[in-house]
Amino acid sequence: MRFNRLDDLSLRYKIPLRVIALVLVTAFCVTASMVFREYDESRRDLVAHAAGLGRVLADTLTAPMVHDDLWRAYEVVRTPQLHNNSDFETLSVASVVVLDTGFRTFVSTQPIRYPLGLNPAHKETDFAYMQHALATGEATAQRLIEPPASDHLYVVTPIIAEGVLLGHLALGYSRQVFAPRLRNLIARSALVTLLVLTVLLPLSTWWARRLADPLVALAAAMDQVAERLPDPTAVPIPSTGDEIGHLAQAFRGMLVGLHEKAQLEQHMLVAERLAAVGRLSAGIAHEINNPLGGMLNALNTLRRHGAPDALTEKTLSLLERGLTQVRNTVAALLVEAKVENHPLTSQDIEDIHILVMAAAQKKTADFVWRNRLDAPLPLPSTLVRQVLLNLLLNAVQAIDASGRVECDTHVENQRLVILVENDGKHIPADHLPYLFEPFATERSEGSGLGLWVTYQIVQQLQGSVEVDSQPGLTRFVIELPLPESA
Amino acid sequence: MHRRHFLQMLSGAAAMPLTGSVHGEPATLRIGLTPVFLDDQLDFLKQLNAYFARRSGRPVSFIQRGSYREINELILGGKLDFAWICGYPYVSHRRDMRLLAVPVYHGKPLYQSYLIVPKSDSDTRYFTDLRGKIYAYSDPDSNSGFLYPQYSLLRAGENPTTFFSRTFFTWAHRKVVVAVGVGLAQGGSVDGYVYDTLALVHPELTAATRVAHRSPLFGHTPFVARHDIPERDFRSMQGILVSMRDDQEGAQLLRSLNLDGFTPGDDHLYDSIAAMARTLAESRR
Repeated sequence: MRFNRLDDLSLRYKIPLRVIALVLVTAFCVTASMVFREYDESRRDLVAHAAGLGRVLADTLTAPMVHDDLWRAYEVVRTPQLHNNSDFETLSVASVVVLDTGFRTFVSTQPIRYPLGLNPAHKETDFAYMQHALATGEATAQRLIEPPASDHLYVVTPIIAEGVLLGHLALGYSRQVFAPRLRNLIARSALVTLLVLTVLLPLSTWWARRLADPLVALAAAMDQVAERLPDPTAVPIPSTGDEIGHLAQAFRGMLVGLHEKAQLEQHMLVAERLAAVGRLSAGIAHEINNPLGGMLNALNTLRRHGAPDALTEKTLSLLERGLTQVRNTVAALLVEAKVENHPLTSQDIEDIHILVMAAAQKKTADFVWRNRLDAPLPLPSTLVRQVLLNLLLNAVQAIDASGRVECDTHVENQRLVILVENDGKHIPADHLPYLFEPFATERSEGSGLGLWVTYQIVQQLQGSVEVDSQPGLTRFVIELPLPESA
Repeated sequence: MHRRHFLQMLSGAAAMPLTGSVHGEPATLRIGLTPVFLDDQLDFLKQLNAYFARRSGRPVSFIQRGSYREINELILGGKLDFAWICGYPYVSHRRDMRLLAVPVYHGKPLYQSYLIVPKSDSDTRYFTDLRGKIYAYSDPDSNSGFLYPQYSLLRAGENPTTFFSRTFFTWAHRKVVVAVGVGLAQGGSVDGYVYDTLALVHPELTAATRVAHRSPLFGHTPFVARHDIPERDFRSMQGILVSMRDDQEGAQLLRSLNLDGFTPGDDHLYDSIAAMARTLAESRR
């Protein structure tokens, strides 16, 4: 199979893939929201921490600033960085700059970057922004200053001694410091996602298999329909009451319908062929019978009036026997429901019993006989007897020594039902469609017309024949409708 | 005469113990320390203290202060028995304290003052190259960290108070190294012995600096005693210091100090410092 698109993938893979996708999307959303929250919290922590630190440092710086003690001031601003440690990396100060009232650097943790006595705003846009912000706001309030397009943020604390503003302390923090914490968070979340996936993946694969397997089996069964109808009972049907269960039930129902239809078609085919053969043989029989009657009459006349010599007489006899045989054969082919003599009685059926008994005893057969007719039936007795005789003789012939033959006749639903079965050699399945055709027999003895005649009679009486033949049991069931008018 | 005899008898009784108190507990030996060595290594100080206590048979108390001046005043006021101070305050108060011992460094009781600059400065060779810069001194009572650079500028015909745009004291040699290393000052003066020792203990601090100039040799930072120290105590402490190199523990401590040992020393070691101090004092008049 080729997969042109993802949509063409089997459910077995599609479902786990979708589970993975869902887990990933969920994990991404949850992580993203956690990252945003963490960033927000970290930033708030940082600002709170910076504000506290700024106030402490600003207080400590007043004395060195008043005394113009550069070293002491440097030692003060350096303290936060002396105690920076990796555990609280987000809270570590990137730079500390002390500015005097003229916005000149008094001291800083980076003396080379911020030369003493110079205005850092001249060199750094962050400080230009800060100077501008400080000029516009209240000078004695602690401020959070976030220069746009800068990767630093600043907490600026005024340094006040005895109510006099000495300058400002700017604590600079890198926004990058959030990165390790966020990276850590993302890594943890990725790990959890991975763990969830390792649990969910086998689960979803199992689940997908459960869901897909019946569908795959159904699809495979449907694929076969075009070539050969699958056995409906072989189609796996999940016991679930969901759509898949319904689908399988419906499919099985469809298969049963298709099987019935195929059987019906087969029957019709056989019936039509037999009808065609019947018409043909009837036609031929008529065409043969007329000249045949003339020829026999001519032979009779010649024998009676022609005083034939011995040789002629012998030849005439030969011709007469041959023609008679032709007539018998044709007569056998031409089954005609002549206007019947008398209705069928129970005694008519019993006669057949007696007739067949001899043959049955010869094979020491177990001959089960059930004649359940009581009242006479408005059916042509001769034809019914012929049918019964044919079937029973065939049955007796089919059995092995000491085999079983069973006959049952009864009336049911305004129909005469004749059931004949035996436990002899069964009729091969591929032979069944041709069973009722003339001369279709595989046996060496017999005319090959017995079942043909049977079938013709049943047809003329508008009845039906059913054959069921398996090893050990061959059963013929004939149903003949009783005419209403009787 | 009678008193001396009594003391000699006592000293004969015990090997040579320092006797602060005759009755009950022996009195504590009070020793003042200044940043003439790396006095911020508390673990080392604890060992040194234990060593002195064991050798003297008396409890020892180390006293440290924020500036040389405070230690000077303590010993001048008799609040300390001994102190390890700088040659500059010693020559200023020679009559009020006694020279106890002098450290021996590289075989001699001598050391130098270093002019250091940031590593990035490769041009500066002398103080005069730093006109208008920010300069770090260690202590106004330090020879190497104040007196020598001031004197040098005077000799160069400069006014040491206005030559630099700005100066500040860090109150410790080690901190001068830090100040110059981070660029807070463009130059600074340190005790050469402290600088070299720091280079062994914390090379990352000295690595940010360069020694631009080394002074002539001066008498090393002296151990002194208060002027009225009992002679026995003086001799005992001197003996402990001078013989430190002879026992294993003392030798180990000397290695930590990066010194060869102590010698009783000679007052004339400090004549050059005294001369510089006179010159500076006269210039200020």
